[in-house]
Amino acid sequence: MENFNIFIRSIFVDNMIFAYFLGMCSFLAVSKNVRTAFGLGIAVTFMLTITLPINYLLETYVLKAGALTWLGPEYADVDLSFLSLIVFIAVIASMTQLVEMAVERYAPALYASLGIFLPLIAVNCAILGGSLFMQQREWTSVWTAVCAGGGWGIGWLLAITGIAAMRERIAQYSNIPGPLRGVGITFILTALMGIAFMSFLGIKI
Amino acid sequence: MAEKISSGSVLFNPFSKNNPVIVQILGICSVLAVTAKLEPAIVMGLSVIVVLAFSNVIISLIRNTIPVNIRIIVQLVVVATLVVVVSQLLQAYAYDVSKQLSVFIGLIITNCILMGRLEAFAMANKPWPSFLDGIGNGVGYAIILVIVGFFRELLGSGTLLGYQVVPEALYEAGYVNNGLMILPPMALIVVACIIWVHRSYNKDLQEK
Repeated sequence: MENFNIFIRSIFVDNMIFAYFLGMCSFLAVSKNVRTAFGLGIAVTFMLTITLPINYLLETYVLKAGALTWLGPEYADVDLSFLSLIVFIAVIASMTQLVEMAVERYAPALYASLGIFLPLIAVNCAILGGSLFMQQREWTSVWTAVCAGGGWGIGWLLAITGIAAMRERIAQYSNIPGPLRGVGITFILTALMGIAFMSFLGIKI
Repeated sequence: MAEKISSGSVLFNPFSKNNPVIVQILGICSVLAVTAKLEPAIVMGLSVIVVLAFSNVIISLIRNTIPVNIRIIVQLVVVATLVVVVSQLLQAYAYDVSKQLSVFIGLIITNCILMGRLEAFAMANKPWPSFLDGIGNGVGYAIILVIVGFFRELLGSGTLLGYQVVPEALYEAGYVNNGLMILPPMALIVVACIIWVHRSYNKDLQEK
């Protein structure tokens, strides 16, 4: 039940885009049409769900202060947490590479539709951000990390699909002042959606 | 790629014409998150300038020895190392600010400005122009951060760098701080306004 709550929280209350504003660059760059936006969203969800538990395990059993106690009592005061950034980014970059190869080999159709986005994901701040938030929260089980990762991914997917749908319509039907066209209006749209998502802030689950 | 680019244009173009934030649309995440107050915005700007300049130089020095297939990982490792150094320095000498910036110093690693400049410039140019490019883009980024931070702190809290600027008398006359400005969505609106102003002066940047 606890984990389910965290899953729902991560989608709406802690939404990566509208609450933390992470993963903005690809959010703004790839939201011109719904199809590609959805594809990138799926890829991000997938990567978050995989990398968050891996990084959680690394954090708990290798990096945290005193995490190496299971090797023997003499390791109890080893603190490797200053390495966490490098370890996390290495995990994310190599997982991206691995997933890319696996998808290419076993699901060529999916690869054809996601192909170009997979390498981009290594530098999507939402993924690293997820791992860094994980470090600050005190979760007790790896399933929590899976749920939070999935939730954050789905939240990101919802956000990018929504904004892409709006941008498609706006490009067709509305007469925006020249300087605001394209990027400018997308910023304002995102801001308005962000304010709308703030209504979830008060919800305690 | 070997065309002659003058050092001046490499250094000054990113200030306005080719600004990383409002023209190239890179590094938005941190612009929104750290600009509620002016001070963290300045510290973040400085950190990015340092990391960007030095990672540009390092990548440019080793650009001919990096295998193309794994260049992203190599770039990430170089950037990550620099970011760790900066974050440890901040924790040692500016602990309060580093607490406020929390994960965002770490997120400099995935700041798209870094990857964008490394890929687009440092991989193809000599160390000195790359250094200038790093400084230029870092400053371009910092300018936007400071502008956004300035307006958000002034309108949202009535202070600048923690000092009261809006006079007491104004509050007594019924002036109220705009609480919305503290919230992250308003940063987007401020950036959108900057884009608006910037593009009305630079008509060639406007999209169809």
